Amino acid sequence: MDQNFWYLFSAYTLIWVGLFLYLFTIAGREKKLAEEIAELKAAVEELESKEEGRA
Amino acid sequence: MAGLATRLRITPFGLICLVGLVASLYLSLIWAPRERVMGDVQRIMYFHVASAWIAEFAFVLVGVSSVIYLWLRERRWDIVAYSAAEVGFVFCCFVMITGPIWGKPVWGTWWTWDPRLTFSMILWLIYVAYLMLRVYGDDLPQVKTFLAVLGILGTIDIPFIHFATMWWRGLHPDSLVMTEEGLGAGMEVDMRIALAVSAVVFTLLFFYLMQRRMALERLRDEAEDLRERVEHRHPGSVGV
Repeated sequence: MDQNFWYLFSAYTLIWVGLFLYLFTIAGREKKLAEEIAELKAAVEELESKEEGRA
Repeated sequence: MAGLATRLRITPFGLICLVGLVASLYLSLIWAPRERVMGDVQRIMYFHVASAWIAEFAFVLVGVSSVIYLWLRERRWDIVAYSAAEVGFVFCCFVMITGPIWGKPVWGTWWTWDPRLTFSMILWLIYVAYLMLRVYGDDLPQVKTFLAVLGILGTIDIPFIHFATMWWRGLHPDSLVMTEEGLGAGMEVDMRIALAVSAVVFTLLFFYLMQRRMALERLRDEAEDLRERVEHRHPGSVGV
């Protein structure tokens, strides 16, 4: 096989792998933040209901 | 495929980009003719040039939004600058990786201190510093001002990359896309079509990634706001 084929193959493979890795990191960060927001919203609601109870 | 799309939270716009990428891959690797001198390795050009176009576009966007941020001090322009810097950096990495892979069989070396390559390396390093400061720097107005200045500095480097082959002698060939005879006049028609499709698809991909990245930043702001609300009601309950 033409040795140049491996250069071509490596270049395109690295771009596709890089692109999917970046998409995975974005999706991972989105998931983590969504979970954190849900927890914080629950905490805010709990604190607000406690405050209302005291009032 | 559907499972992967769900896991990656790919939207319909993202799926269009993915289909476009596959079509572009077909045009670049199979449909476009084999270049006579360099052979098949020249096909790297279709993704290398498209990545370079997006990196330059993204970093110009960083510069413009940084200027507006310095002027108006609105968070939304800081979000545009940060998102464009991160997405542009990904494409800049593609350029810095595929360039040497193309250069080795054609020039006989992975790297040379050619003017265009040197200015590209400077740009890449500016954005390494920019993103490191974003991640590790404090969320202070002074840091954001410094980041905006750094973003503008990166944009100033772009004309040097773009016109390096005209201004100085080097190993990197002159632009085949923007020639005095017209856009893409230095290439065969089929090659021009494959490159144009790659450029359009990469542009769509850039806007898709920008959309995702900006939404992520807005989520971060929402989390920060909620954290402050909890901290205000119950000091010490949220870890730094």
